[in-house]
Amino acid sequence: MYAFELERPTTLADAIKALGGEEAQPLSGGQTLIPTLKQRLAMPSTLVSLTGIDELKGIKNEGGTLTIGGATCHADVAKDGSYPALSDLAGHIGDPHVRNRGTIGGSLANNDPSACYPAAALASGATIVTNNREIAADNYFTGLFETALDEGEIITAVKFPIPEKAAYVKFEQPASRFALVGVFVTKGANGVRVAVTGASEGGVFRWTEAEEALSSNFAPSALEGLSVPADGMIGDLHGTPEYRAHLVGVITKRAVMKAG
Amino acid sequence: MKDTPEKPFKGRLEDRRFLTGKGRYVADITLARQCYMGQVLSTHAHARILSVDTSEAETMPGVIAVLTGADCAADGLGTVPPFFMPSLWGGPEGYATQRKILVDDRVRCVGERIAIVIAETADDARVAAETIMVDYAPLPVVTDARAATEADAPKLWDDNENGNISVSIPMGDKAATEAAFADAEVTIKRRLLSPRIAPFSLEPRVSVGNYDEADDRYTLYTSSQDPHGVRSNIARNVLKIAESRLRVVSPDVGGGFGLKAHMHPEDALVLWASKHVGRPVKWLGTRSECMLTDTQGRGQEIEVEIAATKAGKLTAIRAEAWTNLGAYFWGTATPPLFFAMQLIPNIYDVGAVDLTNHAVFTNLPPMSVYRGAGRPEATYLAERMMDELAAELGMDQAEIRKINAIAPDAMPYTTATGMTYDSGAFADMIDAAARVSDWSGYDARAEESRAKGRVRGRSLISYVEVAGVMNERMEIKFEPDGTVTIVAGTHSHGQGHATVFSEMVADWLSVPVENIRYVQGDTDKVLIGRGTFAARSSMLGGTALLRAKDALIERAKLMAAILLEADKDSLDFADGMFKVRDSNKAIALTEVAKMYYIPAGPANALGLGLTGEGTSAGKPGAAPNYPNGTMVCEVEVDPRTGALTVDRLAALDDVGRILNSTICEGQIHGGIAQGMGQALMEEMVFDEDGQLTSGSLMDYCLPRAEHMPDIASELSEVTCTTNPLGVKGIGESGAIGAPVAIVNAVLDAVRPLGVAHIDMPVTQAKLWSALRDAEAAQ
Ligand SMILES: Cc1cc2nc3c(=O)[nH]c(=O)nc-3n(C[C@H](O)[C@H](O)[C@H](O)COP(=O)(O)OP(=O)(O)OC[C@H]3O[C@@H](n4cnc5c(N)ncnc54)[C@H](O)[C@@H]3O)c2cc1C
Repeated sequence: MYAFELERPTTLADAIKALGGEEAQPLSGGQTLIPTLKQRLAMPSTLVSLTGIDELKGIKNEGGTLTIGGATCHADVAKDGSYPALSDLAGHIGDPHVRNRGTIGGSLANNDPSACYPAAALASGATIVTNNREIAADNYFTGLFETALDEGEIITAVKFPIPEKAAYVKFEQPASRFALVGVFVTKGANGVRVAVTGASEGGVFRWTEAEEALSSNFAPSALEGLSVPADGMIGDLHGTPEYRAHLVGVITKRAVMKAG
Repeated sequence: MKDTPEKPFKGRLEDRRFLTGKGRYVADITLARQCYMGQVLSTHAHARILSVDTSEAETMPGVIAVLTGADCAADGLGTVPPFFMPSLWGGPEGYATQRKILVDDRVRCVGERIAIVIAETADDARVAAETIMVDYAPLPVVTDARAATEADAPKLWDDNENGNISVSIPMGDKAATEAAFADAEVTIKRRLLSPRIAPFSLEPRVSVGNYDEADDRYTLYTSSQDPHGVRSNIARNVLKIAESRLRVVSPDVGGGFGLKAHMHPEDALVLWASKHVGRPVKWLGTRSECMLTDTQGRGQEIEVEIAATKAGKLTAIRAEAWTNLGAYFWGTATPPLFFAMQLIPNIYDVGAVDLTNHAVFTNLPPMSVYRGAGRPEATYLAERMMDELAAELGMDQAEIRKINAIAPDAMPYTTATGMTYDSGAFADMIDAAARVSDWSGYDARAEESRAKGRVRGRSLISYVEVAGVMNERMEIKFEPDGTVTIVAGTHSHGQGHATVFSEMVADWLSVPVENIRYVQGDTDKVLIGRGTFAARSSMLGGTALLRAKDALIERAKLMAAILLEADKDSLDFADGMFKVRDSNKAIALTEVAKMYYIPAGPANALGLGLTGEGTSAGKPGAAPNYPNGTMVCEVEVDPRTGALTVDRLAALDDVGRILNSTICEGQIHGGIAQGMGQALMEEMVFDEDGQLTSGSLMDYCLPRAEHMPDIASELSEVTCTTNPLGVKGIGESGAIGAPVAIVNAVLDAVRPLGVAHIDMPVTQAKLWSALRDAEAAQ
């Protein structure tokens, strides 16, 4: 690890100010950033901790919308239960240590192509709230580890409309236990939405063909014969593009079945 | 001792320190004025080093010194040969490498140590090390052992007359094997792989070196399974000093599995660096650094053919193996080369064998021992082929094994590979395994799996282990107050020796176990010892301890005779008392012991102090023991995804006389977990340039508690006839049997779906591909 300064603001305003400094970077749960620092793959001069800022933490369920503060840890989301599929997802991220430190804002800002929350945000039609705007999930994920966030912009909250039916199924990469393929399906006011994580070289994506098929018949059988092309899927030690493409079909069916 | 309701297992004596965080590992050792070492590791698998530029590092914050291979040469440091070569075990002469502790001319694998930085903090050292510029001229790379034997393969050692082959070890009887194949009714051929895997001790390697100028003496604290071996190697080969000028201490060690059975370059580097900078030097391996630089296990490809009758009786086996040594013949690479062949007959009368094992240099990091060390490869071959034969002939897995099993009345039985089994009730173990595993309830479970859209498969396999290499020494001494100290030549690093050996001594001498102290792992305290590996300590430590006790009692008798005014030969020792035969005169051993320590009296003539020492011997030169057993495994496969679970596992183990049943079962569980890792998850993957692509736990998959089935374990006591305790080893058994038990069960599940072969690790991705290919072929 290279040496850095650590700022621990208690208000959002102070955090934004601190982030204006040169080579300053937000630090939330540190579950991604700290390992990166330990491997000396990043060299921020200042880390601005977000976890001491009360206004970035907590969960509110108002009028069918669940608002989760950007610095809320996975364990708190897992415990909440007002959006059961989301709590189920959060409860299966990493291990207890990771869940008690890692946060939703950190996860969405990082946009790891194998992370779970991006699938939930996209499938739920969530809104990413930052210190200066609101971004629809459909416009937020722009590629592998890429998001619509600007330099120094931080996620203050995420708003999830709670759907009628929803489920997340994660088929684990055996070593990391991130998603080798994870599928989040929802049915609600936004219609049917299917978001797939872990599979594509472009990061999380919506499987529109499946959405259409499920819109008329929300049942696993509606997906019979549908598949995603292997082209553009991730190929690595844990699975070929063909395997991932095949799993997208299988896991989507399981997610629909689980959503009931 | 079997745990019984009257005498339940009360935990291990060492558990208190471990469970309360009071264990003292090398990382916990902080010496005054200590500084830290960081390393520059080669990023090329094969290259000439043109230059090493350390100028920037020398100016970095906190840096005290930067040392390179040129400094090693200037200081006259020596190179490290293999611990021993196959010729010591009766094999042919081979090419032995000499390894420099810092490489200055040519790197032969990634992770070679090129330079070190000594700095005030570990981070300072690592950061500065990253600024060192190494200019490489890349050379062609070969990573596959068989490919390395091709005439045009890049050559690693220019003066090796045998290409990249260090040694080819033959075994068996070629003519008899050919004759058996000529008459064979059935022959089956397969190519089997045991990929490279990481031993992966929970505690990464760590060393602290301290040169004391006042005494002109070095002390090394290192996480080792064999401190005396490390001392000899470094003193003789690297530093070229008298062994008395080097002390090696291995305090608590968090797992070894063979990885820590030999020295690593860092052990010598911290000592040398300490003398250079005049301060203690600590090196803490990070997980990523250790994954790159640790020795690895397995790494074998084998072509095998078996001959049998239509009735299922084996008549011959021939096989040719290529073992991937990596860049050096390093550490204890010799035993796996032998065991991988010697144990191929397993529990069977196999007829004739004709076997060859080629040990081949490649541009991979060095191979050495890992729990099982060649035995899992042998068992994998024997049991994979036994199932192939059963499948070919349509026979039951248990039946075909019993047809071939060596009968108890054939003992002692010498196998076609020259192992003489003293005891074993192999067919009984198979029957017992069937009972413990609920063999007959299988069909109902298979039906349940089918109802869930899954397929179930099962296996029944047997294994034989050979345990007890080299000799060993143990010492028991009384302290002046009548308490006892055991000085062990073995080295417990998780095995629970402090408990088992103390319980044995407590039992023999009738002293309370609380009055026994257990000492190990310090060359200043232990005269000589071989350490712990290869399931050796029960027999070799135990037997030496028994002899130490006998010697101590003999010596105590001299004093007792004087104190009781009786003839020495009229004394009997029982229940902690010396008694004069046919009289009521008696004295306690502890009282006798105290008399050995008083400032005057009989000790003047008998000599001060009461100790006993004992030596035991194993292979080579004396008989080892042959633990054995049977495992039954059931797996469930989801053909839609290739995901599989090990649903049930029963392990029947003949451990000879049981010393502590809970500790035996703990060893079995741990071994099975590691065997499962090998079967399903673990592989050190290198690309064609020799770069490690599975270099972190995000990609290298280890078994977790959630993967483990409940293990139905039963111990069987078929007493070993060649050691006085009647014990057999247990440390490796689980890791020997589990890989093939699991793979065979998977194959049993998917054979009906058209998959007849799959290689370890059977990952979900690999299994799905095999199922898809089989479906396409149908
Ligand atoms: C062992 C392990 C297992 C894991 N398993 C899973 C899994 O199964 N599924 C899964 O989805 N994830 C998994 N994770 C990742 C985990 O969820 C992380 O917590 C998450 O990816 C990052 O969140 P964090 O709060 O730790 O962010 P940090 O590590 O603190 O930050 C990550 C990045 O986001 C930036 N950042 C942080 N907060 C904000 C914010 N509010 N606004 C803008 N930028 C911000 C940081 O500057 C940094 O670049 C795992 C992690 C580990 C270590």
